[in-house]
Amino acid sequence: MEKKVLLGNEAIARGAYEAGCHVAAAYPGTPSTEILETLARDYREIKSQWSPNEKVALEVAAGASVGGARALAAMKHVGLNVAADPLFTFSYTGVNGGFVIINADDPGAWSSQNEQDNRHLARAAKVPMIEPSDPAEAKEFTKLAFEISEAYDRPVIVRITTRIAHSQGIVELGERKNVPLRDVPRNPQKYVMIPAHARPRHRFIEEQHIKLKEYSNTSGLNRIEWGKRKRGIITDGVAYQYVKETCPEDSVLKIGMVWPMPDDIIREFAAGVEEVYVVEEIDPFIEDYVKSLGIKATGKEIIPLCGELTPEIVDSALNGKAFPSVLPDYTTEIPGRPPGLCKGCPHGFVFTVLKKLDLIVNGDIGCYTLAVLPPYSAMHTQGCMGASIGMHLGLEKAHGEEMARKSVAVIGDSTFVHSGITPLIDLVYNRGTGTVIILDNRSTAMTGHQDHPATGVTLMGEPTHELDLEMLARAVGVKRVVKVDPKDIDEFERVVREETAAREPSVIISLRKCILKK
Amino acid sequence: MKNVVFAGVGGQGVILASKVLMEVAKEAGYDVKESEIHGMAQRGGSVDCHVRYGKKVYSPLIEKRGADYIVSFEQLEAMRKLDLLAPEGTMIINLEKVDPAPVMTGEKKYPDDIEQWVSTNIPSYQLVDTAAVLKEVGTKKALNIVMLGVLSKYLEFTTEQWEKAIKSLVKEKFLEMNIDAFNRGRAL
Repeated sequence: MEKKVLLGNEAIARGAYEAGCHVAAAYPGTPSTEILETLARDYREIKSQWSPNEKVALEVAAGASVGGARALAAMKHVGLNVAADPLFTFSYTGVNGGFVIINADDPGAWSSQNEQDNRHLARAAKVPMIEPSDPAEAKEFTKLAFEISEAYDRPVIVRITTRIAHSQGIVELGERKNVPLRDVPRNPQKYVMIPAHARPRHRFIEEQHIKLKEYSNTSGLNRIEWGKRKRGIITDGVAYQYVKETCPEDSVLKIGMVWPMPDDIIREFAAGVEEVYVVEEIDPFIEDYVKSLGIKATGKEIIPLCGELTPEIVDSALNGKAFPSVLPDYTTEIPGRPPGLCKGCPHGFVFTVLKKLDLIVNGDIGCYTLAVLPPYSAMHTQGCMGASIGMHLGLEKAHGEEMARKSVAVIGDSTFVHSGITPLIDLVYNRGTGTVIILDNRSTAMTGHQDHPATGVTLMGEPTHELDLEMLARAVGVKRVVKVDPKDIDEFERVVREETAAREPSVIISLRKCILKK
Repeated sequence: MKNVVFAGVGGQGVILASKVLMEVAKEAGYDVKESEIHGMAQRGGSVDCHVRYGKKVYSPLIEKRGADYIVSFEQLEAMRKLDLLAPEGTMIINLEKVDPAPVMTGEKKYPDDIEQWVSTNIPSYQLVDTAAVLKEVGTKKALNIVMLGVLSKYLEFTTEQWEKAIKSLVKEKFLEMNIDAFNRGRAL
């Protein structure tokens, strides 16, 4: 079989292809974006799509699964928060065709607003989670996830992190399995979660949990690599690689299925070594579990809780290795290279005006969040997709209408479609009078220029209806909607002054194509 | 085991350079792994790739003081990676300077002593002036392949192996230009 160097995300796409996946949906988000881009580029047999947000993506995949297809949804860690609602209940309904969710965590918050550890979500949603530790495993585990999903009637999460998603390695390619669509079932007891159906389904998934625990013990996903018996290290994901690199002589328990955990193997391993260590990124998820079995273990006392791990962090924590420099210090200051808005970026004009008018700016998720940094320094709040508009309204509710005269919400076109529409409805419904600026650069720019419902093109490259943001704003009840090119900076300033002064809701569509977009 | 760090800024082709090296190593029968950070690259941030090849590679990241080669496409990024250089490691630096935002705004100064510091303190180094070569090649876009050409002198692979790898990764119409860039880099 052919061997290729693939990015972790490309390997996952390949795994979905080989598994005979039929439908895939996602919303772009670093470090997960390339999964769907690869599917749409290389594996046209799979119906792949950008959804407006992760919740819809997960629901589309759930629908495809109930319809008997093998289906995949992919998202970054915070995307799974958005999709948590369907996740927790499709955990109850289970699947028809294999249903796989790729979840990309971002320890180190390289391109995210937090470092949350989504292993907790697998446990909370009672969904099995498997965790590859390099691109080759990423492909194999993705294929396996479809099998587990169908065998145990559960959605399955494949958890990756930035160092798996954006790491390349040699992957052996296989053939695509031809998986026929299953029949569409008529089984409301399973697929319609009224309370009377949900209660027995809850019992069912607890039974499945016990069977999956057995699988976790016997499948080989969790394996002991015996070395010297003095020290045994339990580890998962990319941390496994750092452990193998820096502690080649120690015994290792590699956790490839992180939920449910393999109690028998953990006990066997702990009994076989003198001291147990746990090396994992972010939270003490495995460590707490191991300790809950009554096993003494060392983990977060020596392994950092915050930030991603590196080989040297593991090496110094476990082996006491120091890394003294043999070079004299270079004492000249090395100026940082912070990311910033590009030269000529349309957002730049907007923030120049907002700064000049000294407005309180409720920001959102996208390139434009970089306006918080110099030279603009023009953003006061930002938290998650769509938060700008609700926070803008909250500020007005707290301080009264005058606050809306001196504040705005700014939100990108893709982010607006993702999560900005419902808060705009709220602003109108609850008698807010604020101004929302939609930074419409015709693209999901931050993640690499993906299309979205307002660009008129699908992920597969087909032309489609182009969502009209102006009509949408009018439809939810905003009477003042102005479209303006921010490059005409005087006119833009005039519009912002006029709209923030108006004592009723207004939307300014700041329309100019991203400077990097062809 | 060989550990190579490529460093640069967005748009310099750092990731393609690492892909070519991985392809060469894979075809020569080695295990190979790489790790890259590129979330903010398009917005003017730093980009780096760690490439490791050998009989069996575990970690995709190179340990501190573990890099046999640091290939920097730009002066400042080289200094940012100093901690990764192994005591016997070699530093290859393109003498080009790309001003980061704080330098552009006049808030910070681009250090002017890097060349001198490197030549005084680092036992094994090569400072590369790619400007003239890129002029001859006809495009600044070939910087990554020129730098690979320079690196290739230090590694065990043959010109044929490199050319084959480049061929598998660049578009046909740019192939001749890239091979030319590689050979000119190798001659530096």
